[in-house]
Amino acid sequence: MALMAGTIHVVEYNALVFRRIWRGSIAVSFFTPLFFLAAMGIGLGSLVNRSSGGVNGVPYLDFLAPGLIAAACMQTGAVEATYPILAKIMWDKTYEAVLATPVTIADLLRGEVVWNTIRMCIVATMFWVVMFLFGVGHSLEALLAIPASILTGLAFATPIMAFTATRRNDSGFAAINRFIIIPLYLLGGTFFPIAKLPLALQAVAWATPLAHGVALTRGVVLGNLTSTEAVMHVLVPLAYFVAGLLIARALLLKRLAK
Amino acid sequence: MSVLTHRRTSLRVPTRSMHMVERNVMAYRHNWIVIVSGFFEPVLYLLGIGFGLGSLVPAVSTGGHTVSYAVFVAPALMATSAMNGAVYESTSNFFYKLRYAKTFEAVIQTPVGVEDAAMGEVIWAVIRGCLYSIGFVVIMQALGLIASPWGSVLSVLAALLIGFAFAALGTAITTFMRQWQDHEIVTLALQPMFLFSATFFPISVYPPVLQAFVEVTPLYRSIHLIRGLTTGQIDAGLLVDVLYLVLLGLVGLAVASLRLRRRLLK
Amino acid sequence: MGDSNSLILARQLTKRFGDLTAVDGIDFEVAKGEAFGFLGPNGAGKTSTMRMIGGVSPVTSGLLTIFGLDPAQHGPTIRARLGVVPQADTLDLELTVRENLIIYSRYFDLSWREGARRADELLEFVQLQERAKDKVDELSGGMKRRLTIARALINSPELLLLDEPTTGLDPQARHLVWDRLYRLKQRGVTLVLTTHYMDEAEQLCDRLVVMDKARIAAEGSPRELIDKFSTREVLELRFPIDEQPPLDGKLNDIAERIEVLPDRVLLYTGDGDEAIAAVHRRGLRPETALVRRSTLEDVFLRLTGRSLVD
Repeated sequence: MALMAGTIHVVEYNALVFRRIWRGSIAVSFFTPLFFLAAMGIGLGSLVNRSSGGVNGVPYLDFLAPGLIAAACMQTGAVEATYPILAKIMWDKTYEAVLATPVTIADLLRGEVVWNTIRMCIVATMFWVVMFLFGVGHSLEALLAIPASILTGLAFATPIMAFTATRRNDSGFAAINRFIIIPLYLLGGTFFPIAKLPLALQAVAWATPLAHGVALTRGVVLGNLTSTEAVMHVLVPLAYFVAGLLIARALLLKRLAK
Repeated sequence: MSVLTHRRTSLRVPTRSMHMVERNVMAYRHNWIVIVSGFFEPVLYLLGIGFGLGSLVPAVSTGGHTVSYAVFVAPALMATSAMNGAVYESTSNFFYKLRYAKTFEAVIQTPVGVEDAAMGEVIWAVIRGCLYSIGFVVIMQALGLIASPWGSVLSVLAALLIGFAFAALGTAITTFMRQWQDHEIVTLALQPMFLFSATFFPISVYPPVLQAFVEVTPLYRSIHLIRGLTTGQIDAGLLVDVLYLVLLGLVGLAVASLRLRRRLLK
Repeated sequence: MGDSNSLILARQLTKRFGDLTAVDGIDFEVAKGEAFGFLGPNGAGKTSTMRMIGGVSPVTSGLLTIFGLDPAQHGPTIRARLGVVPQADTLDLELTVRENLIIYSRYFDLSWREGARRADELLEFVQLQERAKDKVDELSGGMKRRLTIARALINSPELLLLDEPTTGLDPQARHLVWDRLYRLKQRGVTLVLTTHYMDEAEQLCDRLVVMDKARIAAEGSPRELIDKFSTREVLELRFPIDEQPPLDGKLNDIAERIEVLPDRVLLYTGDGDEAIAAVHRRGLRPETALVRRSTLEDVFLRLTGRSLVD
């Protein structure tokens, strides 16, 4: 379909660039979960399980692992939406070159989203494999952790892409990392239940896509999600994704079509 | 190449390095939010890890004492924060300047030499790390997580040393980087180190063989140093930590200077 | 040995990058107060030579002294008295226009107050006062070049090195730059520049070396070079494509020298009009015939068989 051709070309381009570094990237995607689950899941987990019998009865490792997958996708989605894209707009001027071809700005955006999804898919799948090896999530339903975390990541990717489209330098990225990614990572339900936070912060946490993404992923791995909960946990990230996509489109058009 | 060997080697004191610091201060004046927001982090980490996880783990035994989880983990977070600040500044920022902004191309055409530039970047990274460490200590003191006021002062000094060591190391590593994605290597090394250096659980969780291995890694030594200072457990082991970090810093500096010279003066 | 007025002295200066010889044993001297040029096409070795003079590229072999000093031993001292305008812009993108000048003054150990004063002075000199508070990436190419020149002057250098100073600039910007450089020359600043533009070389330089393929092909003032390697006038003939007649000797005694180019025939002679008449007498009917004065382009063609612009 000619409609997809432009998008596919953008993905191909990214894949080509990725070829140079894929080994390192895959390695990181494998070792990161390995380290986290070993250190936090087992090492820290031994302390948690000994003191409190796990989290609401669930062994800490089982509680932590799915949360980490969602968080990892958030981080991947966010990072891939910042520097690489700004580099293509401003420094390498790749977009400028590409737009001289039949590829349109909408194609560019779609292509970047698809590529980001592929990256997150790799991260999530590797994480799922490691989790499986550690004995967690041995059910068919647990495979849903992969799409669940990808959705989480996308909910961050598109709004951040919109932000990147307005940038003239990379200083804002540090701010995003510091004020959004890291706080969410630490307090968004990955390492300990959101219920342990003060009420005001709980409300803020639940307004973000990560909390829902983590809950969704954890739910499918542990198999303890009701349908209503599942629907809500899907809708919130989805809303962020769609809104981000529309805004990113408008801003990229404004930035690149001169 | 014969010309280079006639030169005296580069451990002379670089006097003009402060100009690089001046330059960075000037640049950050447009960007001060980034600096200020850095104080945000200690609060976050203490909240999230110290008290959040602490709600799941009430007490930890370390070096014969039993302490609350927050007291146990806070110094580790401070040491890590000093490390991260220094590494971030000496890798991401430095690489950006080297590869994209060509900040150094202009500088080397002035009396400021390559060694001065490298040293200046390291000093700047240390200064930034220091600011964050002071913030950390202030908050820890306020939350009652430090055993004595001496602990506060000494741990800030310790954080300076940690920053220096990692900044030198980071700068050296960055001179080997060719493209942005090379950062994955830094993350690859930093991450397991962060997780396994007795940060979140005492080293006694490990079998003895692993313990020995962890004990020679830089972050463990940094954490050991600051934890000893904040919990008031002062012993000779802390001296080992100090010597280790000083050596690491000097080696990193030498490598960075050499590599930078090769890279910029072709 | 050079005389004590030599600001730069080079003997058998060589620069190699692995197997590639960028500068092959060249000799030249630059006297104080003159405007000296390296003229040659891209890849001739001009930039490599400039980088060695500027002390940012180590000399592979040969002698090079600047202000009588060896750059390998006295780098910082030499650089303190130099100003450099590099080929690619190396302005600090995170600072404003004025801040770029001020921080640069600090690299030369000027005081903050002195630096600020010089900065304002120089901004006026290059006519960028209005843009003092702007970020560098908002400037046009010509403005960035002017800022780079201003920056190179912050330490009141005795010697100014300019690598392709007007490449990429529009004609108006070029003339502004030339004008400023000319004023500097009048103030006694020694200028060393590289260029592949013959008009720039002719306008600005007192003396030139013509560089090609890592070597010096000739040396002298623009006038001397033209007198020596070319005639007073050149007759350019263009024939309709595919109809360029076999010349074999037909035109030989009309001109001192003939160059057959892909699109034209150049007849080097003392008297262009006489040559045109002679061409017609021989029965040749060129499409166009143009008489012009010799330029450095002709000198380069004579010396190397190629044109300056490849």
